[in-house]
Amino acid sequence: MTRPRNVIGKPRRRVDGRAKVTGQTKFADDIILPRMLHCKLLRSTVPHAKIVRIDTSKAAAVDGVSLVLTGESFPIPYGILPVSHDEHALCPDVVRFVGDPVAAVVARDEATADRAVRLIEVEYETLRTFASPADSLAYPEPRIHDYGDFGNVHKAVALQFGDVDAAIAGADHVFDDTFFFEGNTHLPIEQHATVATKDPDGKLVVYSSTQTPHYLHRALSKALAIPAAHIRVVATPNGGGFGGKSDPFNHEVVVAHAAMRLDRPVKIALTREEVFYCHRGRHPVLMRFRAGVTNDGRVTGLDLQTLLDGGAYGSYGVASTFYTGALQTVTYDIPTYRFRGCRVFTNKPPCGPKRGHGTPQSRFGQEVQLDKIAEKLVIDPADLRLNIVQPPDSLTANFLRVGTIGLADCITKVVERSGWRDKYRKLPHGRGVGLACSSYLSGAGLPINWNDLPHSGVQLKLDRSGGVTVFCGATEIGQGSDDVLVGIVAEVLGIEPFDVRAVTGDTDLTPVDLGSYSSRVTLMMGNAAIQAAERARELIAEGVSAKLDIPKSRLVFADRRVFDSEDPGKGTSFREAVCMAEAKFGTLGTTGSYTPPKSPAKFKGGGVGPSPTYSYTACVVEVDVDPETGWVTVPRVWIAHDIGCALNPVLVRGQVEGGVYMGIGEALMEEQAFRRLPAKLSHALVHKFPSILEYKSPTFLDMPEVFTDLIEHPDPAGPFGAKEVGQGPLLPIMPAVANAVYDAVGVRIDSIPVTPEKILRALEAKAAGKAPRSGPASFPEIPWPETLHVTPPWAGGDGRADNDPKRPTHRKVDAGIEAKAAGMTKEARS
Amino acid sequence: MMRLPSYRYRAPKTVQDAAAWLAESPGDTMLLAGGTDLIPNMKRRQQVPSTVVGLRGITELSRTDDRDGLEIGAGVTLTSLVHDERVHARYLGLWQAVGQIATPLLRNMGTIGGNICLDTRCTYYDQSFEWRQAINFCMKKDGDTCWVATSSDKCLAVSSTDAAPALIALGATVRLVSATGTREVALTDLYANDGMHYLTRRSDEILTTVTLPKADGWRTTYWKLRRRGSFDFPVAAVAAAARFDGDRIVEARIVLGAVASRPLEVPAAAARLAGQPLTDDLIASVADDAYTLAKPMDNTDFELVWRKKTVRSLVTSALRELRGDDMRAARTKLARHPLLVIS
Amino acid sequence: MKLRLNLSVNGEPAEALVDPDKTLLEVLREDLQLTGTKHGCELGECGACAVLLDDQPVLSCLVVSHECEGRSVVTVEGLTVDGRLHPLQECFADLGASQCGYCTPGILIAAKALLDRDPNPSRDLIREALSGNLCRCTGYQQILDAVQASIVRLGEGGEQKK
Repeated sequence: MTRPRNVIGKPRRRVDGRAKVTGQTKFADDIILPRMLHCKLLRSTVPHAKIVRIDTSKAAAVDGVSLVLTGESFPIPYGILPVSHDEHALCPDVVRFVGDPVAAVVARDEATADRAVRLIEVEYETLRTFASPADSLAYPEPRIHDYGDFGNVHKAVALQFGDVDAAIAGADHVFDDTFFFEGNTHLPIEQHATVATKDPDGKLVVYSSTQTPHYLHRALSKALAIPAAHIRVVATPNGGGFGGKSDPFNHEVVVAHAAMRLDRPVKIALTREEVFYCHRGRHPVLMRFRAGVTNDGRVTGLDLQTLLDGGAYGSYGVASTFYTGALQTVTYDIPTYRFRGCRVFTNKPPCGPKRGHGTPQSRFGQEVQLDKIAEKLVIDPADLRLNIVQPPDSLTANFLRVGTIGLADCITKVVERSGWRDKYRKLPHGRGVGLACSSYLSGAGLPINWNDLPHSGVQLKLDRSGGVTVFCGATEIGQGSDDVLVGIVAEVLGIEPFDVRAVTGDTDLTPVDLGSYSSRVTLMMGNAAIQAAERARELIAEGVSAKLDIPKSRLVFADRRVFDSEDPGKGTSFREAVCMAEAKFGTLGTTGSYTPPKSPAKFKGGGVGPSPTYSYTACVVEVDVDPETGWVTVPRVWIAHDIGCALNPVLVRGQVEGGVYMGIGEALMEEQAFRRLPAKLSHALVHKFPSILEYKSPTFLDMPEVFTDLIEHPDPAGPFGAKEVGQGPLLPIMPAVANAVYDAVGVRIDSIPVTPEKILRALEAKAAGKAPRSGPASFPEIPWPETLHVTPPWAGGDGRADNDPKRPTHRKVDAGIEAKAAGMTKEARS
Repeated sequence: MMRLPSYRYRAPKTVQDAAAWLAESPGDTMLLAGGTDLIPNMKRRQQVPSTVVGLRGITELSRTDDRDGLEIGAGVTLTSLVHDERVHARYLGLWQAVGQIATPLLRNMGTIGGNICLDTRCTYYDQSFEWRQAINFCMKKDGDTCWVATSSDKCLAVSSTDAAPALIALGATVRLVSATGTREVALTDLYANDGMHYLTRRSDEILTTVTLPKADGWRTTYWKLRRRGSFDFPVAAVAAAARFDGDRIVEARIVLGAVASRPLEVPAAAARLAGQPLTDDLIASVADDAYTLAKPMDNTDFELVWRKKTVRSLVTSALRELRGDDMRAARTKLARHPLLVIS
Repeated sequence: MKLRLNLSVNGEPAEALVDPDKTLLEVLREDLQLTGTKHGCELGECGACAVLLDDQPVLSCLVVSHECEGRSVVTVEGLTVDGRLHPLQECFADLGASQCGYCTPGILIAAKALLDRDPNPSRDLIREALSGNLCRCTGYQQILDAVQASIVRLGEGGEQKK
């Protein structure tokens, strides 16, 4: 039944396009319910303190105030990861950063709530301010949290795959570089908002700008001690997410509680400043890369250390820590590898997942180091990379299963399109080009709450109207998930996207999808949708086949008809076809679900990194640097992305260009920076500029021209062969900018963002005969835990740690792995 | 959503009424023109007037008259000036300055008077009440310490107006009207180098008019440094004006923006230029003068040391442009667009 | 004391009794329930709340309600005339200029004001005219493409019926 596609692969208007351009998309703050009250939070004005006393009497006395809440009402902690349920909706006893919520007021309108919340008096007993990882490593006490690995270290991990020390020692060259990547934040234009209400039956309903209604559902159930079956979470379309709306947030829990208590709808809409306090953005990461390299530019071993400034709470931090070390091997062939990562708590808004989650920082370090290697070995950086691209259908040293790889094609494409060979090291002083690559997951292979349940479920309802409704818990955050869902169903059933109605992100109505994170939706929801739609097609085909006496195998679904492939005139309308099936089988409904394949990584920490398949990207960035001032402009970016199959090329291009945009912002200007006032005078540690004016994000005028190419080799793991595109294309931009600056003026900026100040400082250092570089001088000594030793697959490893105390006595080596490893040993290990 | 505090609003039809109402309680009355400065400041509780006198109903404030030079009502919007062919043709430096203020949308609202009176800015001050509470406030509002330099006995907030340096370079004067009278002052005298008391305008006075002298023989230019191509206030800027006789300068003014609490004139440089042709050496020495004078502080975007260094480059670009060098490519790189605001 | 306001909104008279401390943004969204106009900062720093006020695109978060009496306001809801989308809306929807859609209303307003003034602006001029509107999703390219495509569509007589 193969036939040309009608929907998939064709550029078309997204299904929610009309709503968005007419102002009809209902974001959370657009919801107005009768008798609705409004909530404001009081947030801590001190970075670290015990709460001694809270006096809410003046606020409660304000006319129009319905409810004042403090931490007493929220005794149960919650959090996104099961290992770090360390948040309370309102702080019960300790505040951990400026912006930590302490109390809440619910009143008849926001202005009244705003007036009243300012009347709450809080007395604090200050504790030591931890402003940086250096503080947190130096002072184990007082502990910001009473859990974590030790002192103020939240998590420290050490993994080794093969004898990396010997591999580096035996290499022709050793490169040892430190890098720093400053934190930055998502800055969605929509500020978080939530409306909670008690439905007529007395159950809780929460509408929220969340990327993860399923996890919010779980968190509300736990924090409020209400059975999940009695809570409905509706994810409203997000006005931008980028990872920033993936945690359950204080304000969501607070208004849910208030609505149940008052039996009235309660809304909260955060201010921009509060969004900076919600954060969960990019961790500031200090990194050290030690790599052994052969004369021809092959990496023999990589020893990576990362230090993450986690901020005040756990959030996704344990996963973020592992992610800083997970994907190096997925991109390039690295036979031996050691990764050690450490996340510390500090008194700042918590960091978490931002587009690329934990991987952009070490991607930056790796790609800049490769540029340095290419320079030293006098190899073109494009050729250097082409030579070490990880082979397809392979297992990496850390047991990540790689499927299709379009990276070589991506590199070749951007090299051609950008005129790289005529530009690299050939442009006049002040102009330069830089190249970098990346890879990213198409969905996390493991759920946050480990279980054997599907990651995505889709239901389909069809009836005699000919209408098709598709239900899925996936969340539209702007990326086009509704469009993917509808497009796939329409394609399989041979109807138009307009014939399909999508109901998404509603825990009452839709089967669970884990949420819009880890670039998982297209692949996982897409596969589930194909399954549901194919099952529906099967039922319809049986109905039509029986009724019209056409062999099922000859039936074609296209053009809103079901017909005989050998006699296209013989057939019926889709609507009639559904009726035939309904008559035959009764009420029609099908389901589909998707669970990723099991990962061969069985060691502790191996849960972060596996994915059904990985996307690949390569880019060339052109820069113009003023050697007098360091002023840098980026006129052009060429980018090629291995998408597998572009389901809707309009949306795919938008994701690529949006990723480039965010990458340019991170590369040049975006910083979630803080001010520590002089310790002699003050305990204060504040966000330097929690405003959309001073947190610099590129405008129309700061955006380079982008030339996008899509590389389409369908991947068997993806729906119609599709891989992710939401995150990967951001990753290579930052290192490519830094590499281009080096090409332009001969200085290394080993720290993100690449600012004119840093460039000028490096130029001045160069002129003074010092190292032509701006970046961190060293990586601190960290008391690492005992390293888990995992034998790589090519050396016969079985995916478990050799020194895992729970290791079975007899190794059971997967035959497939062994075969693959044997092949790889022959080909690649010399 | 951020909300305004409560206030009383009054809408006079004439300057006289406005002045009279302002005089009733000048300490807690503020004037509202475009609202792009005052409204955010009120929402952040930096400025909390009990009465706001809205000037938009006073038609005489939005007139631009050709006199000897050009007389611009304080209520003329920045967009109107950018679209005013006379400004573009005669006062290019002002046009470049105004065309780079904030964004097109904000220029539709903001007025020339408002930009002249723009509150000095500081990253310790342009923050919400709660943020400022977290640093125990600062000298400019509700506190004692200037966190920019804790030993400073005066506020070090930065002058962030783009129009003023350009106007001062042009020799502009302004008219101030109060219930008790009218006075005309040179714009440069409107400013004091004090982040808190940055205007010599009395609190009962209304700035009504900006007067530009005839531009005959003058060439003017404005170079602005900011992170992005729009939105951002200047972090360093230079306005330069020179009257030429052949290739010799007869008279010149150089005014720096955003490197002090007021627009900063560079008189020594101006004196040095008089009677001279603009050689590369002379430009370099004037740029040095400006560099020495500039005192950027840690109160806005970018590191202050770097901001200071860029002054040299900005002055060089400005003077080269006055000399007639083709600086379009350099300007486009700096401004991140070719200044196409006139259509 | 509430403030009684009479406005023209999207070509129709509108009357509202509002809290006098409100801005036009709050009046539109809360009192007139025209939630198509968005907000991202309420301080004039993002462009999401742009509306046409007496045909000029302005930031509604900075306009005090007192100064709206008798004036004409056009919001994104008013771009659709007689059931037909404005060519800008068609092109934005078709060409991926709207991803999450949150900044879209403000950008449409700024773009409409530009095309009303100049029916054939260059790409550079479009960039400049829209530089007061931030978008975090698109990288702006598809927005520029959409505005340019709408110029063609308007030129082909694709104008809306008035």
